Amino acid sequence: MMGQATPLAAYLLVAALLFSIGLAGALTRRNAILVLIGIELMLNAANLNLIAFWRYGPHPELLTGMMFAIFSIAVAAAEAAVGLGLVISIHRHAHTTDLDAMNRMRG
Amino acid sequence: MSFVFYAIAALTVAGGLAAVLLKNTVHCALALTVAFAGLALMFLELDAQFAGFAQILVYIGAVAILVVFAILLTRNAETPKDGVYSRNWLAGLVIAAGVFAVLGWAVLQSVRVLPHETTTPTVTVLDIGNALMGRYVLPLEIVALLLTAALIGAVIVAMHEKERAK
Amino acid sequence: MLMQEMASVSFQPTTNCGPPGICDYLWLVPAVPIIASGVIGLLKQQKRRTAATLAIGSLSFSLVLALVAFVHVVAGWTHGVAVRETVNFTWIQFGASNVDLGWVLDPLSAVMLAMVTLVGLLIFIYSIGYMAHDENYTRFFCFLSLFAGAMLGVVIANSMLLFFMGWELVGLTSYLLIGFWYQKPAAAAAAKKAFLTTRVGDVFFLLGIVWLFAQTGTLLFYNNGAGSIEHGALAALLAQPAALGLSAAGAIGLLIFAGAAGKSGQFPLHVWLPDAMEGPTPVSALIHAATMVAAGVYLIARVYPLMQAGALAGGTTTPLTVVTWVGAFTAVFAALIAVAQNDIKRILAYSTISQLGYMMAGLGMGGVAVGMFHLITHAFFKALLFMGAGSVIHGCHEEQDVRRMGGLRADMPLTFLTYAIGMLALCGFPLLFSGFWSKDGILEAAQHWSVAKTPFYMLVFGALLTAFYMTRQVGYVFFGTWRGKKPARESPAVITAPLTILAFFAMALGLIGTPAWPWFRGFIESRAVPFEWHGFMEPGLLALMGTSTVMVFLGLGLGWRLYGGQAPKPEQPDVLEKALPLPWAWLRDRLYIDELYGFTVIAFYGWWARVADWLDRRVWGGVVAGVAWAFRGWAHFSRFLDMNWVDGSFDKGCEELASGGGLLSRVQNGRVQTYLRILAFSVVALVAILIWSSLP
Repeated sequence: MMGQATPLAAYLLVAALLFSIGLAGALTRRNAILVLIGIELMLNAANLNLIAFWRYGPHPELLTGMMFAIFSIAVAAAEAAVGLGLVISIHRHAHTTDLDAMNRMRG
Repeated sequence: MSFVFYAIAALTVAGGLAAVLLKNTVHCALALTVAFAGLALMFLELDAQFAGFAQILVYIGAVAILVVFAILLTRNAETPKDGVYSRNWLAGLVIAAGVFAVLGWAVLQSVRVLPHETTTPTVTVLDIGNALMGRYVLPLEIVALLLTAALIGAVIVAMHEKERAK
Repeated sequence: MLMQEMASVSFQPTTNCGPPGICDYLWLVPAVPIIASGVIGLLKQQKRRTAATLAIGSLSFSLVLALVAFVHVVAGWTHGVAVRETVNFTWIQFGASNVDLGWVLDPLSAVMLAMVTLVGLLIFIYSIGYMAHDENYTRFFCFLSLFAGAMLGVVIANSMLLFFMGWELVGLTSYLLIGFWYQKPAAAAAAKKAFLTTRVGDVFFLLGIVWLFAQTGTLLFYNNGAGSIEHGALAALLAQPAALGLSAAGAIGLLIFAGAAGKSGQFPLHVWLPDAMEGPTPVSALIHAATMVAAGVYLIARVYPLMQAGALAGGTTTPLTVVTWVGAFTAVFAALIAVAQNDIKRILAYSTISQLGYMMAGLGMGGVAVGMFHLITHAFFKALLFMGAGSVIHGCHEEQDVRRMGGLRADMPLTFLTYAIGMLALCGFPLLFSGFWSKDGILEAAQHWSVAKTPFYMLVFGALLTAFYMTRQVGYVFFGTWRGKKPARESPAVITAPLTILAFFAMALGLIGTPAWPWFRGFIESRAVPFEWHGFMEPGLLALMGTSTVMVFLGLGLGWRLYGGQAPKPEQPDVLEKALPLPWAWLRDRLYIDELYGFTVIAFYGWWARVADWLDRRVWGGVVAGVAWAFRGWAHFSRFLDMNWVDGSFDKGCEELASGGGLLSRVQNGRVQTYLRILAFSVVALVAILIWSSLP
């Protein structure tokens, strides 16, 4: 497909928006899994940023941005696995996923 | 900006919003999947086909399923009584708004210097493969290690609890 | 006997103490008794014989020295030398002025020395017997010795300051001795009264001293022409006007007389002398008859050039006029009161006041020699009378009321004989007794006084009264029948021997003051006096002698008529009282002078004391309390500041720190989302800062 006359700024704004939404979700939802969802959104927004910059950057043939994004995806997957495993394990222990209730580390 | 872009963008953002705002956690997971899909389309729009398909394969095919599994395993399909938002949710909202403001302002400030369009890069899977095996071989190996560790770790975390519970 | 009739052989004066002469050692005369007093004061009460020995020994030593000095001056007089030897030294120097002390040996001080030491020694010996039963024997001799030393200091003083120091010291010892039996409230009150009354006089005296010092620049009497009563200074004092038409000399003279009036019991400061009879009889004899009360007369005699300054030939000055009038008035006033007294010592006390008035009048009208002669003779016979009264009191077992005595002529013959001699000398019985010659000297001077004749008549009337009341007293005590409880007995020799010696002098002293041979006058005035019978042939002299003789016999006769040979009981009123009850009551109550003082001066003083007390307690006390309150308030304020500001701020700071820590620790609430929020916010903030700082 041909890149239309969509300015880079538009992609960046979308990415920023997604990032903010993901951050809002991570900061305001009670459920631990939803926090992870928010984090996934944030990662994805970052990926979008990377790809956008790769596309509109000076040397796309170096594939720098693309590589970055691919590795990011991989790492994100690993992180999601471990994180959800932790959530499940905590749920087994505390019988809740309510983050407000998990304050045993308080100082 | 073309209609396609707007549509994809709208889809993605809507999916993201839904993922964050909905009460039912499973609905959130499904909305997340929609967001992932929208993003994949964006990647395709940006001529990053490999990334797009990788997104679909990994995120939608694995991460989203994982999330749904986790939701179901933690028996949080019901809506909780106290509300889904934590205490001081407004602070979080404000902070997120602040982040968006900063980012948006940065972008808008530099609109002049950002390029509008460039030529389409001709990138093939062969190039990507070469890069992976050439320049980026080390990160590849490390990521492989990371994945292995993550796998083992997840299994251990999940399994230990199981044994102790018994 | 008039001054212009004397052979005017002018004597040569000597002023300096010769190659060591007696006057160099004259200071020992007062010093030795004072040192003895100090030593006695350190002795224990039991060492009675030591105390008496010390006192009598020291005064004997002073007597010997005094007699040597007297002989020296007499020797000088016989050789035509007017002795006036002074030893002066500077005590303190401040700026250009000096405070000088010194002593003088001249005829006046020589006769006074001889008299004081002799009479003093006799009274000391008398005291051994009189105070034998008293437990405070040692203290008595300590004070007595101190008094003797102080009085001798007054006598030899050539410096006004030394004179005043001795003056105050005799006042102090008088207080101590009047109040010797201080457990008796009457004695303690009498001592206080004596001290305070003489103090009133002393205030004026001190003013006079200060003024004299300020005007003349020196405290010395005689200092080779530079003394304060020598010619140069007197001329300056006369030239300086004071107030009310007086010159400085006149005003100072009046002030000095005020001091003398206090000490010598002149009206109106006489009130202390009768009360002073609360002291032991030797004290009354020595201090309040012979010596201390004579110190006032001696003072006037000593500063006579000042009192006389400015007098024209045959005329007089204001101070001397005042002296005369006060003396004459006192003489009659006291004699009247003596008529109505019943205590044996009180009669003698008023008699002393009366005779002191005579002495003052004599000084005022006739000069130093006239007054001093009566002083010397009075000292002997009054001491004799007091000591006789003491013997009577001792023999009557401490009875003092004459109405409870009587008929002692048989029981106490020696006392009666000596007492009679003293009484006749006091009355002025003609020719044989010294009192006649000395009193006649005063009457003659009064007769020729240029200002007025009234003092003469007053003094003659006084002589009548003297004879009357003394006859009354003798009649009550020695004649008639014994009205006491226990029988009387004669006193031991240690008491009667001094009486005998004094009786001898009471008669013999007359010989040196007759008109035929006025040796005393010549000696005092440093003139030659040949013995000439025709001294009696002065116009008016024989008439005067006759007048006084008539007065004496009149008084004796009246007294004998009323009181001789009678035996009135104490409960019965006196003969005169029956005749003239109201005047008798006035006289018996001492003409209400004490009551007047109580009503005015003492009442005022009481009120003033209350005012001062109020002032002290309310005003000054208030000020002090206010200051204390201010301090306490300040202390409270300080504490408030300390607690609230200093401590408070510190504590508050710590609290804030703790709460701040508490606040900060709330961040660590253990909730992941909180940490996440903080993280996000920090990143935003940092980025914002970075962007903002890099803006152009």
